[in-house]
Amino acid sequence: MTMDAPAISDQVLQGRTTKRLEDEEICMQCKDFSLYYGDKQALFDINLEIPARRVTAFIGPSGCGKSTLLRCMNRMNDLIDDIRLNGELILNGQNVYHRSVNVTDLRRRVGMVFQKPNPFPKSIFENVAYGLRLQGINNKRELEDRVEWSLKRAALWEEVGDRLQENAFELSGGQQQRLVIARAIAIQPEVILLDEPASALDPISTLKIEELIFELKSQYTVVIVTHNMQQAARVSDYTAFLYLGKLIEFGATDKLFTNPSEKQTEDYITGRYG
Amino acid sequence: MTFQNVGQHISHQFDEDLESTRNKVLNMGGLVEKQVENSLLALVNSDSSLAEQVAMNDYQINSMEVAIDEECNHIIALRQPAASDLRLVMAIIKTITDLERVGDEAEKIGKYAIDLATEERNEKYFAELRHMGEQVKSMLRNTLDAFARMDVSSSYQTAASDKKINEEYDAITRKLIKLMTEDPSSVQRALRVMWCARALERIGDHAKNICEYVIFAVEGKDVRHTSFKQALAEFKSRS
Repeated sequence: MTMDAPAISDQVLQGRTTKRLEDEEICMQCKDFSLYYGDKQALFDINLEIPARRVTAFIGPSGCGKSTLLRCMNRMNDLIDDIRLNGELILNGQNVYHRSVNVTDLRRRVGMVFQKPNPFPKSIFENVAYGLRLQGINNKRELEDRVEWSLKRAALWEEVGDRLQENAFELSGGQQQRLVIARAIAIQPEVILLDEPASALDPISTLKIEELIFELKSQYTVVIVTHNMQQAARVSDYTAFLYLGKLIEFGATDKLFTNPSEKQTEDYITGRYG
Repeated sequence: MTFQNVGQHISHQFDEDLESTRNKVLNMGGLVEKQVENSLLALVNSDSSLAEQVAMNDYQINSMEVAIDEECNHIIALRQPAASDLRLVMAIIKTITDLERVGDEAEKIGKYAIDLATEERNEKYFAELRHMGEQVKSMLRNTLDAFARMDVSSSYQTAASDKKINEEYDAITRKLIKLMTEDPSSVQRALRVMWCARALERIGDHAKNICEYVIFAVEGKDVRHTSFKQALAEFKSRS
């Protein structure tokens, strides 16, 4: 008993815990990124690297800027008047706010899914085919293949494969949300932004969406905003905690939820904030 | 008593649940400490009625373990604790397992004490056991204090004191082996004394484990199965 047991090497200890940001390929990058709505500053010098083909979650209390930051990533905020930006937001080497960027093209590369499912008042098939037609794909066979592929990837094919001509509004909320995700992936974006994608859904539909997010990351970079911290912990590889427009902590989800570095993060995820 | 210097939860009920569970662990620790103390008293004084009482009381510790385990399950299911809360709950679950085992060791000592009480005493070895027992008692008390105050520094110190107990155990073992070789008629008695020493040594190990859980709960650093010397050196260099 006096003998010390051989120590477990650091490598083993690290291996069993977390992913490391240093090892990741970076897809999107914020550099000193700030945003103002009129006089009010909503984001303060955000520096963040979003790894490719991983799920990154943004968490934080309402009004902390997480949705604002997400919306910047495919320039959804362009529609708001009186908005001002500083710094850079880079997608695979290109600043998305550069003059030369075609916004329509950007949104094809960076798809988005919102809190409330928003299918078009069309058939299930046409909802998914819509983006493809916009891209100029009109070959019936190719459209059918792509729609089937997308619905399968969105884990919806088994439920709707035999009724593609029905109106999308006849689907349940959870199915509509997966349909919208199918629509987003049909055009094969590089990044998928999810803004509270499961907050309007029942627990079973929520789990299906989470399962789907897990599947999606093999091919896409996924960024998700969620108020449900258990959800962030379950689905994401990396988590960013924002508070009052500032990035407080960003790191591997395992680490952030078991042993955060910042006290503010600790207080928020343990329910002491407020 | 609040954990570290973090504030209260928004849910007061959660605070109360955590606090009540923590208090139960401290009560359990108190009972375990008493059991160890009584088992040692019974041993060194050849008091077989006290020894029987120790053996009888172990069920209380077992039932506390079950009750606290259930409360932890409850907290995990209902609150989904994260970060320091999660680490505290995990530390509690592990701590009570070790405390229960310490209780078992005390029960064993009680049972050996009953056997030894009927035999001829060899004062020399009782003195050694008494000395080792004092060290173990003090280590257990420091451990429970460190748990109550979630004190990392004292956890490191206390965990390090396990080494002395192990040395003491080795010394007793060597002497008993010598005794048995020289006088085969003493084997039965010597073995009982050795098992008592062994039980005390195990209590030291369990106390060390609990210290490690405290360090994990507070710092999020897992020092189990690492070189303790190194972990201690790192801690000293940080503080």
